[in-house]
Amino acid sequence: MHEPRPAGPAAATNPAPPAGPRLRAEAITLTQGGRRLLDGVDLDLAGGGITMVLGPNGAGKSLLLKVLHGLIAPDTGRVLWDGRPAGQATRRRQAMVFQRPVLLRRSAAANIDFVLRARGRRDRARRDALLAHVGLDAHASRPARRLSGGEQQRLALARALATGPELLFLDEPTASLDPASVLRIEQVVAAARADDTGVVFVTHDVGQARRLADDIVFLHRGRVVEHAPAARFFDAPASAAARDFLAGRIVV
Amino acid sequence: MISRLFSSAAAAAALTLAAGVATAQDDDSIIVQSTTSTANSGLYDHLLPIFEGATGIEVHVVAVGTGQAIRNARNCDGDVLLVHARPAERRFVADGMGVERFDLMYNDFVIVGPEADPAGIGGMEDAQEALAAIAGAEAVFASRGDDSGTHKTEMALWADTGIDPAAHSGAWYRETGSGMGATLNAGVGMGAYVMTDRATWTSFANKGDFGILVEGDADLHNQYGVILVNPEACPSVNAEDGRAFIDWLLSPAGQAAIAAHEVDSRQLFFPNAR
Amino acid sequence: MQDFADAFARAVTLVISGDADLIEIVALSLRVSLTATLLACALGLPIGALLAIARFPGRGAVTVVINALMGLPPVVVGLVVYLHLSRAGPLGFLGLLYTPAAMIIAQTVLITPIVAALSRQVLEDLHAEYAEQFRSLCLSRRAAVGALLWDGRYSLLTVALAGFGRAVAEVGAVMVVGGNIDHLTRVMTTAIALETSRGELALALALGIVLMVIALGVNALVHGVHQSAARRAHA
Ligand SMILES: Nc1ncnc2c1ncn2[C@@H]1O[C@H](COP(=O)(O)OP(=O)(O)OP(=O)(O)O)[C@@H](O)[C@H]1O
Ligand SMILES: [Mg+2]
Repeated sequence: MHEPRPAGPAAATNPAPPAGPRLRAEAITLTQGGRRLLDGVDLDLAGGGITMVLGPNGAGKSLLLKVLHGLIAPDTGRVLWDGRPAGQATRRRQAMVFQRPVLLRRSAAANIDFVLRARGRRDRARRDALLAHVGLDAHASRPARRLSGGEQQRLALARALATGPELLFLDEPTASLDPASVLRIEQVVAAARADDTGVVFVTHDVGQARRLADDIVFLHRGRVVEHAPAARFFDAPASAAARDFLAGRIVV
Repeated sequence: MISRLFSSAAAAAALTLAAGVATAQDDDSIIVQSTTSTANSGLYDHLLPIFEGATGIEVHVVAVGTGQAIRNARNCDGDVLLVHARPAERRFVADGMGVERFDLMYNDFVIVGPEADPAGIGGMEDAQEALAAIAGAEAVFASRGDDSGTHKTEMALWADTGIDPAAHSGAWYRETGSGMGATLNAGVGMGAYVMTDRATWTSFANKGDFGILVEGDADLHNQYGVILVNPEACPSVNAEDGRAFIDWLLSPAGQAAIAAHEVDSRQLFFPNAR
Repeated sequence: MQDFADAFARAVTLVISGDADLIEIVALSLRVSLTATLLACALGLPIGALLAIARFPGRGAVTVVINALMGLPPVVVGLVVYLHLSRAGPLGFLGLLYTPAAMIIAQTVLITPIVAALSRQVLEDLHAEYAEQFRSLCLSRRAAVGALLWDGRYSLLTVALAGFGRAVAEVGAVMVVGGNIDHLTRVMTTAIALETSRGELALALALGIVLMVIALGVNALVHGVHQSAARRAHA
């Protein structure tokens, strides 16, 4: 990739991913207000690579990411990462960019510093490299909340990368961005992948999924309808729902 | 974080307290629990510089109603008591709270009221007769109602008349429950008769069309006394400096200073130490 | 209404003449109330933060009680503090009654609930926004509280000002525990009460005007700091 990946411990100290699935969800259900929001989700994700999650609005994509990240405890079932249940300990080595990123009320640079400090590090060089990595070096001292939507998305991504996560959850990080910004983020994500960071990436942009995905998870009404390598998913979707979705015909 | 903040708060509080202790009156200073009339009429502003200049002892005056002053002194929150309610003062000494009571000075109470004088008491020389006239006319009367020396005297006068003003409380008899100045402000505001000590009245600046209507009755005599709080009952008392202040007040020099205090070229307090 | 004109004239004269007594009284007012505000923040902000982010049994009840304590009458606070600091009281040995320290304590007691209750509201709203992000970052509670306090600093400054406003304006508590002693514990409000009881209404009003101008000045100062800082870092 063109952007220098900031030196981080993640790349250097990561042991080789263990054989078999690294992230495993077993029979996840989540019910709220009498509605079944996640309905028996089983999922095995390998260590590296980019998993793109597709599905119509309200399918449960965001909820699924939060469950996998250990932010929401499912009603039944469990999430395992390297065989350990999802929770504080696994979360420490992961990062997530929310669908609506929450930036702190301080400068762009201070937002990164904050995360570095939370991990007991004070590293201005790394912070500056991260900002440059997402193309925000010129905006370092601007209030984060005064940045444009696209700039905020990029800052949120830089912040997520700051801790050198082994697994990155991205919930529609390019929604409502201009093509150049989309490209920028895609480059950053691809660079992370090249560094052995696993990525779980929610998108509505089928073209983007084609460009980036190693495998595709298609979610519909809280169920994983299809989980397949990208090429196979796009060439020959197995389910009727996925076929309709790709053809732009799906009804929620 | 939270415990850290708490401990820093505790440290700050401790520092403040330490600073406070440093400024507390443990050195050459005394606290006088005083009635308000002496303070409001400026007597202390006149006396204290003289005394402090002569002795270097700082005098801090807490001016509250006589009843409150006695209660505070019973809590040992003062070194000297200067009030005007002889029976209560004698009880204070009898209870062992005070060393000895000395007559210090006197002036008199007066009844003030609006120019219109609806009860027609202007010029009366008998206080009880005036109060009875006010009650008869159901003219508005504002009372301290606060257990002060003035209030105690007023109640004694009502008792002589056989009228129970409390039965009319809220009607023509209005109890303000506050100090002399506040009661005078209220009285002037609602055109009510008020019984006040002459010193407060003379130096009071918000008189409106009020004037003195009744004065000169021997029953309106207003005697001030001074007492050293008993160090045996209250070990915190600065007896040495308190006694020095009392001795000075009772001395010819102190008595002369009291007599010299004037407002509008009128003497407010008449020294009568024996 | 002639009182008002007179009062304004006297207020201006007092200020211009640089009356030494006035300066002393103003300085003590500021010292007592600003110190009380600092102490109240040191106590009230952690309490507010705790109530905002911690979940524990009885939290609702504590919140209700603290909200109710915002309405504490100053005289009652003064009385309670008096009973503790009186020579006859449990803390009498400290010899604090009728000192500025006693007034600071009384005002701290008076406004700590205000700081705690208002900061709880501010921090709870902020926390609702940040909580998920903080959990994702595995922030310690200490770091979370620190971030909330820092990011909420301008709202919390307003909270502190509310506390200061109440402290500097109250008379009931400082009168009881300070005793309104000339050159020792006399502050703006007790001086106003004294002049009122002397019937010097115009002078009392003039002091009131000076007090308002001071409160205005403190608020304007904070507002100015806020504005310039906000332009730089906040949004
Ligand atoms: N806390 C909640 N309580 C109740 N219902 C919820 C809650 N959170 C989400 N839902 C519901 O769960 C469903 C799935 O929500 P989710 O946010 O996962 O959708 P999504 O697939 O991410 O949709 P989108 O593409 O619009 O982002 C929605 O119908 C939503 O209304
Ligand atoms: Mg979503």
